[in-house]
Amino acid sequence: MPEPRLPLPPVVEVRGLVNRFGDQLVHDGLDLDLLEGEILGVVGGSGSGKSVLLRSIIGLQQPAAGSIRVFGQQVTTESTPGQMALSLRWGVLFQAGALFSGLTVAENVQAPLREHLSLSERLLDEIAAYKIAMVGLPPEAGAKYPAELSGGMRKRAALARALALDPALLFLDEPTAGLDPIGAAAFDALIATLAQTMRLTVFLVTHDLDTLYAICDRVAVIAQRRVLATGTIADLSRLQDPWVRDYFDGPRGRAAAMGAAALEARA
Amino acid sequence: MAARPPTIDPPAPVRLALPARLTIADAPGVETLLDEPAPERPLLLDLSAVTQIDTVGAWLVHRSLRDRPGSDLVGASPEALRLLAEVSAADRPCPIRPEPGPLLLVQLEHMGHAIIRAIHTLGEGLGFIGIVLLAAGRALRGRPPLRWQAVTRQVELAGVNALGIVGLMSFLIGIVIAQQGAVQLEQFGAEALTVNLVGRVTLRELGILLSAIMIAGRSASAFAAQIGTMKLAEEVDAMRTIGLDPVDVLVLPRVVALTLVMPLIGFYASMCALVGGGLLSWVVLDIPPASFVQRLQSVVPMSDFWIGMAKAPFFGATIALTGCFQGMLVRNTAESVGLHTTMAVVLSIFLVIVLDAFFAVFFTAIGFA
Repeated sequence: MPEPRLPLPPVVEVRGLVNRFGDQLVHDGLDLDLLEGEILGVVGGSGSGKSVLLRSIIGLQQPAAGSIRVFGQQVTTESTPGQMALSLRWGVLFQAGALFSGLTVAENVQAPLREHLSLSERLLDEIAAYKIAMVGLPPEAGAKYPAELSGGMRKRAALARALALDPALLFLDEPTAGLDPIGAAAFDALIATLAQTMRLTVFLVTHDLDTLYAICDRVAVIAQRRVLATGTIADLSRLQDPWVRDYFDGPRGRAAAMGAAALEARA
Repeated sequence: MAARPPTIDPPAPVRLALPARLTIADAPGVETLLDEPAPERPLLLDLSAVTQIDTVGAWLVHRSLRDRPGSDLVGASPEALRLLAEVSAADRPCPIRPEPGPLLLVQLEHMGHAIIRAIHTLGEGLGFIGIVLLAAGRALRGRPPLRWQAVTRQVELAGVNALGIVGLMSFLIGIVIAQQGAVQLEQFGAEALTVNLVGRVTLRELGILLSAIMIAGRSASAFAAQIGTMKLAEEVDAMRTIGLDPVDVLVLPRVVALTLVMPLIGFYASMCALVGGGLLSWVVLDIPPASFVQRLQSVVPMSDFWIGMAKAPFFGATIALTGCFQGMLVRNTAESVGLHTTMAVVLSIFLVIVLDAFFAVFFTAIGFA
């Protein structure tokens, strides 16, 4: 019989988060835990504050109230040494990639390494090369500028930069948005593989039901300014909440569920 | 016993125990540790102490194994072996930046590119002027009519909102001209001629030229950045798809607005400079404002005023055309917006000064001095 393991403290712990833009209340007492080693999908309607939640957790948005702890450390929007050290332990993939347009792809991957570590020039070039290979880009992409890449390649390059410092925690903001279905499925597979290889904990904001079914361990539903429910997809599909019902039982939800079931049957 | 033929033994491997942490933060230390033994010796890497390893640590181990034939591992955890397999699968060198090539050729290539681009831009610029003139012709016939609402908005942004800074600058320039003129002319006992100097220089040249330079800095940059950002966001393309000509919507109103407003700003700037000059003459030279104005009337010919005013619309049109043209040249990147905004300012100031020199020669040649 395996010994009962002590529950690990959550990697990200959000308690009583309140975010407000003028009169508009985006979050009102939102609680969320991200556990070590899991891929958590965050879903919600447009304007439900998924991206605002992500920005709050990584310290780009000052919340009106509440506490956010990452690796047990309080997050702030200020550039304190503690916050800078914290930001070395996570990687962020922004929706449009946000690659630095004046640098080549390889230089983009090297940028965080160059800023924070004193590595030899040879090692810098090698790290950039194998990270670019790991995200599935061809070698010649290294010397290209972001403007010369297609949307899917830009996402992969941005993922390589997010993983440059070998972070333990990865934030993804709509990683498959704007990709064709084949590209999106390949990107899902890539995230799952990398999470496995690098033992990543992943926080994934998405609209893509296929992504949820394919790679997420747990899903958090944001509605009515808080986390309405968290759990596996199977847990959530038993909920009676009308929004959750619409989300998973709509035509797209059913199609994604059927696709996932078919994949499992084949495996 | 026969002597054995001499054999070359492979050099004995160096046993190297790696530290507990093989992560990116420890990479510099681990790299020197692995490079220390003589390069031809194989390594026997002992990973049994390793508790933490990431892809960078695994890469360093992989690199040593790859570069030193005959090397081996002992005591690697399954975790370490898995990471090693992953990084060795991803071992594909890639170029970091485009190949630069030999220096002389690169310089020549740059020069060639610059010349070709300049010729190309000149051609495109002439084409752009043509397109705007055609659009202006269509607007004159009212098909489609000029967007007066956009024109008045640009008059406000580029003209009315510039009044403060243009006025202050011209006022100060008027003071400077009068002060310098007074100091120099005093040596001939002719300080009263300061009025001639201030009046003629301001009305004929500086009032218009300086305000044109100011507007070039303010509005040519704004036009290039606005239109450039709209091009980046595909707004300009979106206009075309719904049957709107960007030249009618974006360019023509700005050109018309600056053409109309430039003479007014120039006149206003001249007046501010005269006030500055008059004030200094009053304080330093004891010329009361009434005599200053009276003298102005008698020494400044009306032709000076008309020459100044005649140049202004051309300056305004040049500035607006340059700004809009540079905005339209923006392609793909945020960097390109910055580049073309800078180009818009530099080029429009340059063109205004060239035009001014041309006008100076032209008016003298037709005997309008």
